[in-house]
Amino acid sequence: MPELLEVKDLKTQFFTRDGVVHAVDGVSFELAAGETLGIVGESGCGKSVTALSLMRLIPQPPGKIVEGSIMFDGQDVLKMDDDDVRAIRGNNIAMIFQDPMTSLNPVLTISRQISEALELHLKMDKAEAKKRTIELLELVNIPSAKKRADDYPHQFSGGMRQRVMIAMALSCNPKLILADEPTTALDVTIQAQILDLLKNLAREFRTAFILITHDLGVVAGMTQRIHVMYGGQIVEKADTGELFANPKMPYTWGLLRSIPRLDESRKAKLLPIEGLPPDLIAPPPGCRFEPRCQYRREICGKQVPELKHIPNAKPDHEARCFGTQEGGWLADTDWRHDVGSVAELEAIKQEIADLPPEVKRVEAADEKKEN
Amino acid sequence: MATITTSPTQRRAIEMNILARKQRSLWGDALWRLRRNKAAMVGLAVIVVAALMAIFAPLIAPYDPTAQNTSINNMDPLFTGSKYTNAKFLLGSDELGRDILSRLIWSARISIVVGLVPTSLVFLIGASLGMLAAFYGGWIDNLIMRFTDIIYAFPDLLFLVIIMATLRNSPLGDLMGGLVLMFVALAIVNWVGLARLVRGQVLSLKEKEFVEAARAIGVPTKRIMVRHLFPNALAPVIVALAFSIPGAMLAEATLSFIGIGIKPPTATWGVMINEGFVVFSQSPWPTLLPAFCISIVMLSFTFVGDGLRDALDPRTQR
Repeated sequence: MPELLEVKDLKTQFFTRDGVVHAVDGVSFELAAGETLGIVGESGCGKSVTALSLMRLIPQPPGKIVEGSIMFDGQDVLKMDDDDVRAIRGNNIAMIFQDPMTSLNPVLTISRQISEALELHLKMDKAEAKKRTIELLELVNIPSAKKRADDYPHQFSGGMRQRVMIAMALSCNPKLILADEPTTALDVTIQAQILDLLKNLAREFRTAFILITHDLGVVAGMTQRIHVMYGGQIVEKADTGELFANPKMPYTWGLLRSIPRLDESRKAKLLPIEGLPPDLIAPPPGCRFEPRCQYRREICGKQVPELKHIPNAKPDHEARCFGTQEGGWLADTDWRHDVGSVAELEAIKQEIADLPPEVKRVEAADEKKEN
Repeated sequence: MATITTSPTQRRAIEMNILARKQRSLWGDALWRLRRNKAAMVGLAVIVVAALMAIFAPLIAPYDPTAQNTSINNMDPLFTGSKYTNAKFLLGSDELGRDILSRLIWSARISIVVGLVPTSLVFLIGASLGMLAAFYGGWIDNLIMRFTDIIYAFPDLLFLVIIMATLRNSPLGDLMGGLVLMFVALAIVNWVGLARLVRGQVLSLKEKEFVEAARAIGVPTKRIMVRHLFPNALAPVIVALAFSIPGAMLAEATLSFIGIGIKPPTATWGVMINEGFVVFSQSPWPTLLPAFCISIVMLSFTFVGDGLRDALDPRTQR
């Protein structure tokens, strides 16, 4: 079966005053029509940049897609001219943004904003577009859609606005929806509703979607496969069930260990991943996770491991780790109980303590901004 | 809010209930605030009266504003009760025996036109250049902004005087008694402020997420500028334009007063002050009456401008 989307060796970089940021560094993946994929990783690991690259929405300058190919429906998005890309945006690939509070234009009515894509791509006239808009609003469960179509975004709650965003994304029946942290800005109670809606509608319309999130809990029930990203690279690929049952990469272990579990005793402590995310201007020479990995060996700091199939795992389960790959020292490690070498943990903590204070301050400021 | 909603139906009902109330739109809100502002409403009323006077000048004015009657010149207004009055001239007559009331009414025409036409030109030039500069950035931005800097560096009045004085006797200066040249001069001097304002607005707006969202649904650049960015930048632009109208009127009066504005015998308030000034020692009225008109209209526009600013800028909400 031909793939809907085939990304090969995508490299997106930002040329800043401090140097070249390797935001996405050789990402490859495929997606079949109607398939659902989760991309998980912490802030700044390149998830969003990957999504923006797919639609060629990287602000340029400073950003640039320097290498790779993005085959969508048999065509290379990176080789299209601007008009062709515009024809794809919204029509074949749609995007749902993180913050529904800011991604709707405050001075246009909801109906005008949804109609825009319909008028642009499906060449509907105003009346048709309006009618379709109301249908779409009903589809995403907005009560009294007909009345509310002429309201302005500020008259909607956050959850309702995200529904509007979903309606907008679905408007032209795209083949692929990119949802970039669609629930991060919402109340926890609303999150589940929005995720359910997205999942059901995608299934109904056989739309493939890529769900980008930093929250493993969000993807767990949502997608068929999960790719874990770290430092601009995909470090583990697996089916969703397989990833949670049998993760094969110390970073994924760290992520899973830092989530509270219902079935664990209340006294069990959450184990955070020590250390700082990699500097993408000068990434570590070896494995990107090596500076924070408690299972590391000498080879990890010297050579970049490839994304390879892992023994004792399902056939399409791949990971970027010397330890778990063929002949590695982590093949039999029980990650739930064996948290790695204590000496290495101390070394990692020491490395952070030794950092000059201004570096740490920058990191702290970054974290504040994120929150 | 302690409302506990248990069933979707109930939630729906509450939602509908809220919706039963009339929702206010962004502009509706601003209009409501404007209407509560008494000064602005009084100002608006005066402006409407002046505008009606201007439109229906030929019908209202008792005489031809340029018809001379030297035998009954320099009459005082009737209300002064002096012995130099003539029942024919409600507000007196000037040195050449022209009816001052008629001239005042006809002047309103020029003033309104001088207020509106250059402001429209300013809007067209300033808004489009400001938007282009901000949206495209780079060398386009640099070129446009350095050009505005140069114009900005000149004192406004000096610039106006230079343009008017040099081109006054050219064919352009003769069109419609100097009116066209006045439009051009005012537009050239005033568009820079608006261009800067719009540029600043668009610069901050174009980084907003909704612009990225619009790109993500494939909206072409031009349409993003016109449909998404521009309406968001409109509020401060409206306020700036509301203040620019009286500015243009005053500039016209100033230039006409010093004799390089609209050419006589066309009646404008500035021209009237200029002419009245000559006979000021005999009778102050030919000077005072047009001055009074200018002041009232200026004040009204300022009130309306203030009102608009308060109404459109959410930060000044009380």
